[in-house]
Amino acid sequence: MIPAHAPIQRPRDAKLLAVDAQGRIVEMPRARFVDLLEPSDLVIANDAATLPASLQGVHVRTGREIEVRLAGRGSLDAADIRRFSAVVFGAGDFRTRTEDRPLPPPLRVGDGFELGPLSATVEEVLGHPRFVSVRFAGSVRAFWAGLARHGRPIQYAHVPAPLALWDVWTPIAAAAAAFEPPSASFVLDWAAIHAMHRRGIAFATLTLAAGISSTGDPELDARFPLGEAYRIPHATAAAIRAAQARGGRIVGVGTTVVRALEHAATRACPQRSRGDGLVRAGEALADQRIGSATPLRIVDAILSGTHEPDTSHYSLLQAFVEDEALARAGRTLEAHGYRTHEFGDSVFVQKSAARAEVVADAA
Amino acid sequence: MAHHSEIDLAARLDGVRVAITGGTSGLGLALVRELLQRGAHVAFVARTPAHVHAVAAAHPGVHGIVGDVARKDDIHPIALQIIGNLGGLDVLVNNASSLGPTPLALLGDTECEDLELALATNVVGPFRLTKALLGSLAASARAGRGAVVLNVSSDAAINAYPGWGAYGASKAALHHMSRIWNEELAAAQVRVLSLDPGDMDTPLHAVAVPDADPGTLKRPEVAARELTDVLAAALSGPVELHT
Repeated sequence: MIPAHAPIQRPRDAKLLAVDAQGRIVEMPRARFVDLLEPSDLVIANDAATLPASLQGVHVRTGREIEVRLAGRGSLDAADIRRFSAVVFGAGDFRTRTEDRPLPPPLRVGDGFELGPLSATVEEVLGHPRFVSVRFAGSVRAFWAGLARHGRPIQYAHVPAPLALWDVWTPIAAAAAAFEPPSASFVLDWAAIHAMHRRGIAFATLTLAAGISSTGDPELDARFPLGEAYRIPHATAAAIRAAQARGGRIVGVGTTVVRALEHAATRACPQRSRGDGLVRAGEALADQRIGSATPLRIVDAILSGTHEPDTSHYSLLQAFVEDEALARAGRTLEAHGYRTHEFGDSVFVQKSAARAEVVADAA
Repeated sequence: MAHHSEIDLAARLDGVRVAITGGTSGLGLALVRELLQRGAHVAFVARTPAHVHAVAAAHPGVHGIVGDVARKDDIHPIALQIIGNLGGLDVLVNNASSLGPTPLALLGDTECEDLELALATNVVGPFRLTKALLGSLAASARAGRGAVVLNVSSDAAINAYPGWGAYGASKAALHHMSRIWNEELAAAQVRVLSLDPGDMDTPLHAVAVPDADPGTLKRPEVAARELTDVLAAALSGPVELHT
């Protein structure tokens, strides 16, 4: 597919390819995605606002220039905001493809980074020369002020112009948590939210701290996606129970929503030793991989970007439909010039009738 | 101590997350104090670092943010710090205001740049900041916490006072935009209010009307208490307020 290189969240000509429960393919302008929904449906989106998680600076011990990309956090706890896992590159920026970026100087525990107004210390090297956990010095307030002033959105060479925060915050961005934008939510402008409301389609949100998608280093990329902290509000858990009770579909906007909801459904609850298939409000770390063998217990359909095979996003789509249908959709995406990556076109994939039966039998 | 018992009777706002622009003087500072006293979690924004640090140092627990709402590039850094420090947002008070030309001038004598600054501070800035924080406000409404945007208006938004052209026109635009926001956001249960606090004894008023008798003007503390009562009412249920 063609990489989308312009940072436009809702291009007028954005396209949508939909795969229904029988594997049939329909194409339409993406702005019409609300037409695919039923009044009994519940649409759930990730409301994470994207951090300016790319920090240019200096590795103090060697004096060499580095770029630090914050990559993950163990929780969404506001008081714990100064500890991150991070991917470190040598000198340069997003204009160089990540595959071609030099390594940073050898990183050791205790090394200092001076990142504009921020100072951080390496707490651990995480089994790879680029991958560390860091802790920022100073108060929580000073961290936010420094990040807001000095940080830039993480970006990749396929978008040539420097991104600003407004390019990567979705219209529903609420919780300062994501390391890269939960870009499936770019489609959700207020007109779409109004249209859903008018038609009686329920809408709810959760927050998942979407992590880095790629580092250009095959060994490191093989470890992705990292565990991602998420929070499900009480109102959202209640909306899911209500939708299930009326027989409505749960439509996830983005792979992050699927990851959070399916993780929540398999979490042990206090009364039982393993998950009971119910989504409860609360916080946890989604650390599972979702693929063709994963039964989906909560989500019935996904609205997502277009994804190339060999990505974790594509594997997640394999949980919804048989490989044959996905391959057919992929050929149509190629043939009809769909664009990929965060500012690209979209797919809507409903769980196949066969997979819906398997899950129903297991329940 | 009648004053203290009044405060005790005032509606509490424990744990309500509030951001106020123009929080280092006049009505904004009085709102910071009033909201803190009622138990709110407060972040304020102002342009001058020394003033921000002084107000933050004098009010433990408050989050001081340096930024200029008239500058496009400052808006998202401000919004990020607000939601980062407060963990979300229930109430946004767009209070920071520009008079336009000072001393006040007839429209025929108003430099275009002074009108542009009034519009940037009083209309475009509040629009940008509201838009950047709309997701947070809507999330708060969905969670049942309530969500309110309070735009500080003026009687100059309604009445045609000679000499108040840049200010009055910009506040009129803000007032009307507030009404439209409020209609459009009704479904999301985000309330947008535009309220005139009255003529107050503040630095802004002193610049506009240097020879005004402070004794005839409202104390900003009184206006802050009144506005906070309205906020508390709006958070707890529907109110009809567009003065």
